[in-house]
Amino acid sequence: MSLDRAPCNEIGSLALAEFEKFAAALPALENSCHALIISSARSAGFCAGADLRELYTESQKLAMGERVAGLHEFLERIHSVMNAIDAAPLTTIAAVHGVCFGGGFELALVCDLIIADKMARFCFPELRLGLIPGFGGIPRLKRDLGNGVVRDLLLTGRSMNATKAQTVGLVSQVVAEGDALRVARATAAQINKFDRGTASAAKAFIKPIPYEELRREIEIFCELFTRPAVEAGLRKFVENTGPLPYLP
Amino acid sequence: MKTLDQTTDEVLNLAAQHFKVPRDKLNSGDDFFKTLGINSLQALDLLTRLEQHFSIELPDYELQDVSDFRTLAERIQSRL
Repeated sequence: MSLDRAPCNEIGSLALAEFEKFAAALPALENSCHALIISSARSAGFCAGADLRELYTESQKLAMGERVAGLHEFLERIHSVMNAIDAAPLTTIAAVHGVCFGGGFELALVCDLIIADKMARFCFPELRLGLIPGFGGIPRLKRDLGNGVVRDLLLTGRSMNATKAQTVGLVSQVVAEGDALRVARATAAQINKFDRGTASAAKAFIKPIPYEELRREIEIFCELFTRPAVEAGLRKFVENTGPLPYLP
Repeated sequence: MKTLDQTTDEVLNLAAQHFKVPRDKLNSGDDFFKTLGINSLQALDLLTRLEQHFSIELPDYELQDVSDFRTLAERIQSRL
């Protein structure tokens, strides 16, 4: 699956609809494929996360009750997609370069392996706008990493380079600039040698999906979204024209 | 231990090389967004290259109010 939407694969309603089509096609692929690679065709990076401009402008058209209902529905849909990829019996690989922020980071986290170009950066900036990651990021990060690293990424909102991400156990391989997709394909070729049933059984055994926490995350996100500080933060982010995005 | 002048010089050299700007056009007091003509994503790219070059970790929030090479070098120097 190649992400290719300018400027950096922001995830809005259009991307979600495409993801849903992809998720719906997955069961048919499971019989003929061993591995799934998710990568980006955009030079800026893997994915900059949710489309905050769309989130802000669309929510402004609605009363608060409708906003939350619409947001809840969006989150339910994106969680369904993420859960489908997470649970797919295929071995899944995120080939990451450049920016891997917010919802993009959450997409990478559903994959079994993350192969990162040495220029990749990972970040959960949501708290800087008064929110938490909403596409399953915290439960999946907690599944994979120690709680100290989760708190560092979440509570400071700082970005982490690929080398550090490998040191903490997030990234399986750090590769030369521009080489992530090639290495992901080589890894997929190795995976292709294994019995699919055995690989699927191993994955199901070692990679539980934290459904309960994922559900709770949606509720917390929607609760936080009603706060005036979030609207103010999103407005500053959207209206900012400086060289750096508004992120306190 | 590098001096601040050495660190600043290395920052300027790296920026000039990567963004293909003549080195003699860059000065330590320059606003690197303006001089290099870079956006926020390119600034992150520069941050990653600086972290690799100096073998340090530099949280991006430490650079939020930084726009000139000299102050950038000072932030790097404090982590060497």
